[in-house]
Amino acid sequence: MNKGIAITGMGIISAIGNNVEENYSALISGKTGVSKISQIATIHKNAIKVGEIDLTNEQLEAQLGLTPDNNYSRTALLGAIAAKQAVANAQITNMKDYRTGLVSSTSVGGMDMTEKYFYQYLEDEAVQKYIDGHHAGDSTQKIAQQLGIDKSLVTTISTACSSAANAIMFGARLIKSGKLDRVIVGGSDCLSKFTINGFKTLMILSDTDNTPFDENRKGLNLGEAAAFLVLESDEAVRAGNKKVLAYVKGYGNANDAHHQTASSENGDGATLAMEKALKVAGMQPEDIDYINAHGTATANNDLSEGRAFQRIFGHKTPDFSSTKPYTGHTLAAAGGIEAVYAVLALQNNTIYPNLNFETPMKEFNLVPQTQTKEKELNTVLSNSLGFGGNCSTVIFSKKP
Amino acid sequence: MGDIKQELKSKIIEQLNLEDVTVDEIADNDPLFGDGLGLDSIDALELIVMLDKDYGIKLSDPKEGKKIFESIETMANYITANKTK
Amino acid sequence: MSKVYISSVASISSQRTFDNSEFLDEIIDHDDTVLSVVDPNYKDYIPPAAARRMAKGIKMGVVASKIALQEAELENVDAIITGTGLGCTVDSEKFVSALIDNDEQYLTPTSFIQSTHNTVGGQIALGLGCKGYNFTYVHASISFESALLDAQLQLENDEASTILVGGVDESGDHTVKIHRLINHIKKEKVKSSSLFKSKTKGAVFSEGANFFVLSNSKKNGAYAELGAVATYNTLAKEDLNEALTVFLKENHLDIDDIDILVMGNNGDVAFDGWYHELSDGSFKNTPQVAFKHLCGEFYTASAFGTWLAAKMIKAQRVPEIVKLNKEATTQINTVLLYNQYRGENHSFTLLHKC
Repeated sequence: MNKGIAITGMGIISAIGNNVEENYSALISGKTGVSKISQIATIHKNAIKVGEIDLTNEQLEAQLGLTPDNNYSRTALLGAIAAKQAVANAQITNMKDYRTGLVSSTSVGGMDMTEKYFYQYLEDEAVQKYIDGHHAGDSTQKIAQQLGIDKSLVTTISTACSSAANAIMFGARLIKSGKLDRVIVGGSDCLSKFTINGFKTLMILSDTDNTPFDENRKGLNLGEAAAFLVLESDEAVRAGNKKVLAYVKGYGNANDAHHQTASSENGDGATLAMEKALKVAGMQPEDIDYINAHGTATANNDLSEGRAFQRIFGHKTPDFSSTKPYTGHTLAAAGGIEAVYAVLALQNNTIYPNLNFETPMKEFNLVPQTQTKEKELNTVLSNSLGFGGNCSTVIFSKKP
Repeated sequence: MGDIKQELKSKIIEQLNLEDVTVDEIADNDPLFGDGLGLDSIDALELIVMLDKDYGIKLSDPKEGKKIFESIETMANYITANKTK
Repeated sequence: MSKVYISSVASISSQRTFDNSEFLDEIIDHDDTVLSVVDPNYKDYIPPAAARRMAKGIKMGVVASKIALQEAELENVDAIITGTGLGCTVDSEKFVSALIDNDEQYLTPTSFIQSTHNTVGGQIALGLGCKGYNFTYVHASISFESALLDAQLQLENDEASTILVGGVDESGDHTVKIHRLINHIKKEKVKSSSLFKSKTKGAVFSEGANFFVLSNSKKNGAYAELGAVATYNTLAKEDLNEALTVFLKENHLDIDDIDILVMGNNGDVAFDGWYHELSDGSFKNTPQVAFKHLCGEFYTASAFGTWLAAKMIKAQRVPEIVKLNKEATTQINTVLLYNQYRGENHSFTLLHKC
């Protein structure tokens, strides 16, 4: 069970760029995508900042060549664009030459349209086309159609903020077990009033830029994004003479079983997830060169995750940073975009700065990387921790 | 003062769906959280909205709620002193 | 590779199924377009303090998980994998309508927290103190089968030895209302007993929770062995037979090896054609069974079909009420389940006597 699963393609759309290159250039130049909200009319627009993608739905529909009678939610639009990039990047021309599946993830699904037309559905036939687009599997069905994946294994995971990490995990499992030769994995979530107001009621939204691992952190910024990876079996890579970008080396999921929304103070769930991932990877903590932390900048997450770092790495926590100040917390997509960032870090031997950090937390002596740093990287660990106690870790490596 | 305490008790029971609790069972000085009524951090957020909606009191930091929501007594005192509607 | 067994079952459905000592002994012949579940006494299983925030779907899921664990005589499991097509519909509706009605003001967190798709899985874990693997699949009519497949792979590879797997969906008023508008729900009431003769469009909507403990060692009282699960995002009617032939071949089976075919017909004249491909074609002489006239249609209704298949194998008996044809079998060794909803998200599940 120790072999790595090859990553042969990736695609992304987020507040810091509409493709992989734009995202990378923003990351190394410290350019944030967090700003005032412009595309959703919300009464909170002056009280919050978000990581919003500049393109309107109409622009996204045009990119995909959709006709006006389409019923794509923004989640489906973003997902289709990122997934198509990933497939192009992996230079897949024929979906049928290998058993190919899709494992996507989302938390809001078609909620953007549901909240827009909730009562209008009852009297306006023209918008009723979106009713069937509400359920979480709908965006995935549309992405599969856009990619030309049919008669195959296509499914969706929804475990709040760890969703896309879990999609990567299930995809890797499907290849290891021989169920599929190739699987496109990732996640998509658009911004919605539902999540903005939901997180507002939890009182964990920052009124300014988020500051992960800072003593004076005030909460998170929400964001929207989609990202997908193409995973392939050794046989498919060999037969296609494929360029491998990196490998999924280890993964682990555990439940904090502590509280519905908050993480335990001692970081039980995150500790277990990292332990499992190291075990699957056959690695020791000292083998990790960089951690892309979940680091949402809520009081609770950063304390819990920091404690978990200390439990796993003792006093030798590797270089770590959270990229949430760039993109905002993109919920289900977070584990997907951060997987892309982990692969880019490996490819470029570069660690991204944890923007907005000033003061170390009083509970421990953990200081994130605050400047772009070049360093030989072989292994990157990525955390995604969510509601319902759901904690996930994925380890990416240069070597299989 | 007596009125607001009774009012708070029934509001808490209704808002937090405490089906098996009656107004008479909550004493003014019983702790609302932990060993007392057994409320938790999600309930605290519900109570913060209640302060805002019913009494015009805005709390920006959930930590502020800790002292205010100690008991019906402390809540009533705080509301009487700070209410704007 | 280890074999995978269904150690225990639990079903909360529109029939009285929560008591495992019974097996469709008394049937409720519903006459409606939307059904509710026959409720167990939730208070017997969930303390009031824990239940006070739970919508019905969460209660159903938590109680079904408890019944399954009790029957398996387990205090805890290594993993919890849940499938749900619509998630926590009631709390989602509540939060959206409050948001709109109050212009984003004075919103409280409870319904938002409870609306998350993984609420049921998270609540079960919280109740059990289960820190293991916890996934929730949300892919329409294969939500449950995705969970089943994930569990099977982990048990086969000894990554876990006991896994709680379940499917749960609840009805929400607004969801029902708007699905009537787009004719996904039948316009006229129909009796359960005549559902398959209805010749009308749409389905009879319902809700339910069906949970199972799966294990890679055979326990006393085990129901069945889980042979295989396969899902397909699309499958044209004309491709169905070929896909099934490939699936059976992969599992070293012929059509003749199937003792009972369990199908997810829901009486929707527009989409039952897929089932007829099998029932009027290659499986014409195979005993056929249906279940949605009993449990109604919802995204995880196929978990009820799995419950039915497991019960039939263990009891070695086919209740009259589920029979679709007159073919009979003396031995129930292998059962094949086929399900789809509105022509999409098809699944095959194989269960064997163990």
